[in-house]
Amino acid sequence: MKHLLSAADLDLDAATLVLDTATEMAAMASREVKKLPTLRGRTVVNLFYEDSTRTRISFETAAKRLSADVINFSAKGSSVEKGESLKDTALTLQAMGIDGVVIRHPASGAPNTLSQWVDGSILNAGDGTHEHPTQALLDAYTMRSRLGQLKGLRVAIVGDVLHSRVARSNVLLLRTLGAEVTLVGPPTLVPVGVEDWPATVSYDLDSVLPGTDAVMMLRVQRERMGQAYFPSAREYSRRYGLDNRRVKLLPEHAIIMHPGPMIRGMEIAPEVADSPRSTIVEQVANGVSVRMACLYLLLGGK
Amino acid sequence: MTTYLIKNVSVLGGEPRDLLVRDGQLHEPSGPAADVTIDATGLVALPGLVDLHTHLREPGREDAETVETGSRAAALGGYTAVCAMANTDPVADTAGVVEQVYRLGQAAGLVDVQPIGAVTVGLKGETLAELGAMAESAAKVTMFSDDGFCVNDPRLMRRALEYVKAFGGVIAQHAEEHRLTEGAQVHEGVQSAKLGLTGWPAVAEEAIIARDVLLTEHVGSRLHVCHVSTAGSVEVLRHAKARGVNVTAEVTPHHLLLTDVRACTYDPVNKVNPPLRTQSDVDALRAALAEGIIDAVATDHAPHAAEDKECEWSRARPGMLGLETALSITMQVLGNDWETIAERMSRTPARIAGLSEHGHDPLPGNPASFTLVDPAARWTVDPEALASLSRNTPYAGMELPGRVVATFLRGEATVLDGKATR
Repeated sequence: MKHLLSAADLDLDAATLVLDTATEMAAMASREVKKLPTLRGRTVVNLFYEDSTRTRISFETAAKRLSADVINFSAKGSSVEKGESLKDTALTLQAMGIDGVVIRHPASGAPNTLSQWVDGSILNAGDGTHEHPTQALLDAYTMRSRLGQLKGLRVAIVGDVLHSRVARSNVLLLRTLGAEVTLVGPPTLVPVGVEDWPATVSYDLDSVLPGTDAVMMLRVQRERMGQAYFPSAREYSRRYGLDNRRVKLLPEHAIIMHPGPMIRGMEIAPEVADSPRSTIVEQVANGVSVRMACLYLLLGGK
Repeated sequence: MTTYLIKNVSVLGGEPRDLLVRDGQLHEPSGPAADVTIDATGLVALPGLVDLHTHLREPGREDAETVETGSRAAALGGYTAVCAMANTDPVADTAGVVEQVYRLGQAAGLVDVQPIGAVTVGLKGETLAELGAMAESAAKVTMFSDDGFCVNDPRLMRRALEYVKAFGGVIAQHAEEHRLTEGAQVHEGVQSAKLGLTGWPAVAEEAIIARDVLLTEHVGSRLHVCHVSTAGSVEVLRHAKARGVNVTAEVTPHHLLLTDVRACTYDPVNKVNPPLRTQSDVDALRAALAEGIIDAVATDHAPHAAEDKECEWSRARPGMLGLETALSITMQVLGNDWETIAERMSRTPARIAGLSEHGHDPLPGNPASFTLVDPAARWTVDPEALASLSRNTPYAGMELPGRVVATFLRGEATVLDGKATR
């Protein structure tokens, strides 16, 4: 595999290989020296057109633990603010002989577009409302380590599915791994065309929770508020927020996930986020292992 | 003026015959020998094509296209007249600008360039432009459009429709309910959901067409609908025509051939407004064109500079080249049905645009504005080989049927041997 642009790039074998490799990487993280020489001499650029401290730090940590040289390129205060196009930035990276580009971009498809101009591997770290494949991988990794196997697992993804790159990547990857996905949200936040997705759709969270092994809450961005997707934050929270009452509807073993950053009191109650069933902090830690695995598999074989 | 004897030409697919081109007219061969003899064995003569919807970009974006380069592309595509859209910079919303475009077209001399005037000042949809002044100008504008934008305000649209009745004008509407298409990038459906691109719902087009045909009926005016793209729009038009509303409609070659699946590579050469739709829309548009519910094929030729297309999908400008490929694509869609091709690409658009010198079959007694097509030829689209200044064709690498061999405008050859004469 040359690039990781979409979760659909991974078949069952490839996805399983990433998760297994991540397990090995995680084992190393408990050692005193958390560093492997695998990517020594390779250069990875974190090309971030969108502010995302957590994702950038996660990728940076992953690359550094593999001994790669890491260059952080943030659109703010750079040539991009002076009007440089994605193509010219790409040609610059190409001229410098970059081995891998981790790209976060507000435009859906920007990593695909970038891949035509650079020879190095492109790793999609979130593009617009399209995909975020490493998030789906770390979510799958988290579910596997908490619940055993993914085959037959019942996963509910709740919230703003329409604008969520996390939801798109998760639906594709979980299907590949044999899980059953139910999307839950107000009809306004479920995309037209969802009927083609390998997932079922429900508008009623209460009815879905009892048959759920893992519930994944999506962030609802504040800017959606003025666009008539739902009447008010309060009503949203009442209908689709995960509070204590709803948690009791879940089976005993079920876990509660959130890709972060979360809005406490909106889509998730604070005590739910902090409960032992919540994997939110674990997901962050697993993110580093999964991204190490992705970088290793994309760049290590060269 | 050079005289041409065209030998063994099949006029609209009829039995081969000879035609004489002299003094801007077509004649039965007679009198002194012609200056030039063209062996047209195997070629079909069509009335010169008329495009109701061309973006020539001049004034303002001469890096993307000029009146001259666009005229050359048109002639090479078999056209003898094009209607130039008003969304230039400055906007063609005054007599001065439409006259400038008209004169640039005359100077290029490759096709008749008929300017379309803006409906509203600056295409802003707020106040009517001086439609009467444009109608009375040297450019004799009869068609008005804010294309690129919809005349959204229903009261303003009503007034525009009413006002142009005074001089036999027509409003060409870009039908797009903008509140339903904010940020829209691709057709709303399976592909938009998958690609995470904001959807452009079919209903945003259909709702405006429905409103406008009712307004047109109410005020007894005339409406033309630009680039119809959905099956639902076809049904609205069918209903309106059955009621006797004076409405005509056009479809682009790309909406007859391509679907929204093209967006899956995120290559912005496939970005266009209205967006590429689904296969069932394509099927409905083809049927409507054959049936006559859609009256004309219009290119919506929209040249864009490389930097406006070599970028992220959402940053790219919408639009595709069309003039040099339209006839081939229509042939691919309709087959060698010359009667229907002549009707939809020449006679009817000439009538809609009020271009009385165009749209006449290439027969003795008629103006010598026609094109010769080799229906047996196939060619592969090479963006670099196009006459347009821009390269944004979605057909690169596609093999298409039919090649324009020659085009004549009022007896003067604008294209010979498949090459522009100037």
